[in-house]
Amino acid sequence: MMDTNEKFRMRLAELFRTQNLAALSTHQAGQPYASLVAFYAADDLKHIYFVTPKTTRKYANITADNRVAVMVNSSTNKASDFHQAISVTAVGKVEEVVGSDRDLILEQYLAKHPYLEEFVRSPSCALLKVAVNSYYMVKNFQNVMELHLEP
Amino acid sequence: MNWILPPEEIQSGDRHRVGGKGYALSLLAKNGFRIPRTICITSDVYHEFVQRTGLRERILLELHRKDFKAMRWEEIWDCATRIRNMFLNKPFPDGLAQEIRTAIGDRFRDQPVAVRSSAPEEDDARSSFAGLHESFINVAGVDSIVKHIRLVWASLWSDAALLYRQEIGLDVEKSSMAVVVQETVAGDRSGVVFTKNPNDENQGIIESVYGLNQGLVDGTVAPDRWIMDRARNTIVTHTPAERKHWMIPGSKGVYLAKLPEDKSAQPPLTPQDVDYVFKTARQAEVSFKAPQDVEWTFDRDTLVLLQSRPITTLRSADKKDERGWYLSLHRSFDNLKNLRRKIEDELIPGMIAAAESLRAIDLAGLPDQDLAAEIRKRWEINHKWANIYWADFIPYAHGVRLFGQVYNDAVQPDDPYEFIDLLTNTDMASIARNNMLMELAGIIRSDQRLAEKLRQGDDADLDASFRSKIDEFIEKFGDLSCSVTGGKNCVLGTGPLYRLLLEMAEHPALTESGRKDDRIKHLRQKYFNSFDNDQNKRAQELLELARSSYQLRDDDNIYLGRIEAQLLAAVQEAKRRLEEHSGRQASETLKKVLEDVDFGTKSPKVDPDSNAIRDKLRARQLVGQPAGPGIAKGRARVIQKHSDLADFKHGEVLVCDAVDPNITFVVPLATAVVERRGGMLIHGAIIAREYGLPCITGIPDATTLVKTGDEITVDGYLGIVTLGDTGL
Repeated sequence: MMDTNEKFRMRLAELFRTQNLAALSTHQAGQPYASLVAFYAADDLKHIYFVTPKTTRKYANITADNRVAVMVNSSTNKASDFHQAISVTAVGKVEEVVGSDRDLILEQYLAKHPYLEEFVRSPSCALLKVAVNSYYMVKNFQNVMELHLEP
Repeated sequence: MNWILPPEEIQSGDRHRVGGKGYALSLLAKNGFRIPRTICITSDVYHEFVQRTGLRERILLELHRKDFKAMRWEEIWDCATRIRNMFLNKPFPDGLAQEIRTAIGDRFRDQPVAVRSSAPEEDDARSSFAGLHESFINVAGVDSIVKHIRLVWASLWSDAALLYRQEIGLDVEKSSMAVVVQETVAGDRSGVVFTKNPNDENQGIIESVYGLNQGLVDGTVAPDRWIMDRARNTIVTHTPAERKHWMIPGSKGVYLAKLPEDKSAQPPLTPQDVDYVFKTARQAEVSFKAPQDVEWTFDRDTLVLLQSRPITTLRSADKKDERGWYLSLHRSFDNLKNLRRKIEDELIPGMIAAAESLRAIDLAGLPDQDLAAEIRKRWEINHKWANIYWADFIPYAHGVRLFGQVYNDAVQPDDPYEFIDLLTNTDMASIARNNMLMELAGIIRSDQRLAEKLRQGDDADLDASFRSKIDEFIEKFGDLSCSVTGGKNCVLGTGPLYRLLLEMAEHPALTESGRKDDRIKHLRQKYFNSFDNDQNKRAQELLELARSSYQLRDDDNIYLGRIEAQLLAAVQEAKRRLEEHSGRQASETLKKVLEDVDFGTKSPKVDPDSNAIRDKLRARQLVGQPAGPGIAKGRARVIQKHSDLADFKHGEVLVCDAVDPNITFVVPLATAVVERRGGMLIHGAIIAREYGLPCITGIPDATTLVKTGDEITVDGYLGIVTLGDTGL
């Protein structure tokens, strides 16, 4: 049976709650580039947040073009992943969080990743927000569902 | 779950939760011995705290910044300092705090207590952590007790404890800590008993002092000593101490006081007391089925046992006790005060006088034979002072570390290195030298004719006042030629100095980071406000000691450099003569002395170029310790050999193996500093901080993975060097 919108969102929220790391895709001059980031997703699923030093390739790529993809999955490096794991790709646009929102988001981010406190508070790091346009969820090996969020 | 257990509720299965000390106390209580009122904060509380606050992973991130075995002791100390600060600053999770505070408040109210470490791996027959984990006595009030519980937890991660665990093969990731909170018994006589003498199994030992045990345990109060016959429970010998002091409780903690005269004339124990103490300890030995090391005190006439643990240093033990070395990593305040007097009053004036008297000798006028003797003499003098440097000057750096710990414990700042701001802006010799260089560069900057003359190497008719300033600089700091052209094989001359001045003159020079008076005033206030009035004098003394220790960390190298320069000057004179008079008989004497003191003609070793490998495998980001905040980018100037300094250009990043104060004259030209050697308090970090430059230390292979000319970005906040374009 197909997931309802609500069920889809529940699965997403559960995946985001249980996973710490996401693969981030950026690109520059036609060359894609992938990085691992520690992420936090807002409850409304509209935004995914991560932190990066401003000296990294991913930050330079994002500065040149803010379109990104973010993949989160539940695989455990076992054969059973093929039928059990869920993988979600989010696509959207990224921007740096500044101003008064920053402290609020950081507090939520650190509740999920308390061990990254020194890292995220470094003045050389940026807090980034992906405004998600669409989610693509893969489960049962090749079953793909899409969720396109209202702009 | 019972987070907190009194001794009577501790069961045999709880040993791993309450640690060796807590478990031994419960057995003492159950066997009818008198112990102080006690509760045990189990290791479950520790686990809950580090898990829920994220500290567990933060600690492991800190310790895995690089391979632990590759860390220098200084780097491990830095890790331990940051971890200690995490424990002090992280609030207790909801619920946990309330439970602990209630348990402490109910049992002790405002009564002073001892807060003692009780690691589950501690005090068993295999390993002893005595002295490596911290314990605190005479702590009063719930807030203060809770703070000291955190400090005991943090001591699980002290530099000494980390190194000791590695030495005896314990897994640091499985470490945990229980804490024993025990009412303070203000005994007027205290001591320890070894029920079996580690050196003679037929004997036991009692040591006793007036006042609290702390003075005996930390070695500040000499004890009376009784050797006991185990078979007969009789005294074999009594060795009285010179009884001058005792340790007594103060408003906070304990302090050393003069022993009243009526007590100093009498041993702390009568023969009947000795008999009673020894028999009681022997009963404990029976209860534990092993020889014991028992701490005790007399509360008026009642004997109270404070703790009991198996003796780990008996000859039959298959493992040598290595704790002594790890404990020596820290120096006491009094020890450092004595060292300061010795260094400031004897050693520094001695070094200056030694360099001066050598400089006064006219080397050119000495016959070859005398010059050879002079080189030998200078080599020995240099060697003597180098030994003193290691024996006295290096340990004196602990003054900064001691202050750092006291500051962090008292102020609990977010940044564990905030204390360094109170130590900078001392009148360091290297800064005075650099200021003088900048003054000379300023003169050149405003006088094109002078600049041109220096550029042409024409210093024959320099303006007299400029010449005299140059002479004054050389008299104080040398002509920098040996620093630039390379130690043993240096070529004397003012060329390198002029090139450096010309480079400085072409750019507006960097100045020290400024006095930041308001911030320093604020930090001083924060520091002093953290102490009671009666502790202020000691806090002031410690700050002064730390400032002196910080300044000397750099200056000692400058002074040692002056002596070495005099040795090098004599060596250069000998080399000059050998070149001029090759083949003559007298040259053999000089040749021999140069070989003997290892100043022959061997070329300095240079690391092989690894370009071929680098083409395939290239570093992008290198992680070290953030040792100076800020972010900057520039071309790297990698110092493989001294002569590389001669090419240093304004705006470059200084990348080197180990910054030595004798080479930091290029720092005012630099945009950042990267050093292979690790530590927050090493020379590179100190000088970078003085100039407000980003600095990273402790990057293994920094000088081989980074090449001169590479564009690099130095993130001094996170300790990351990025090679190549960063888009910044």
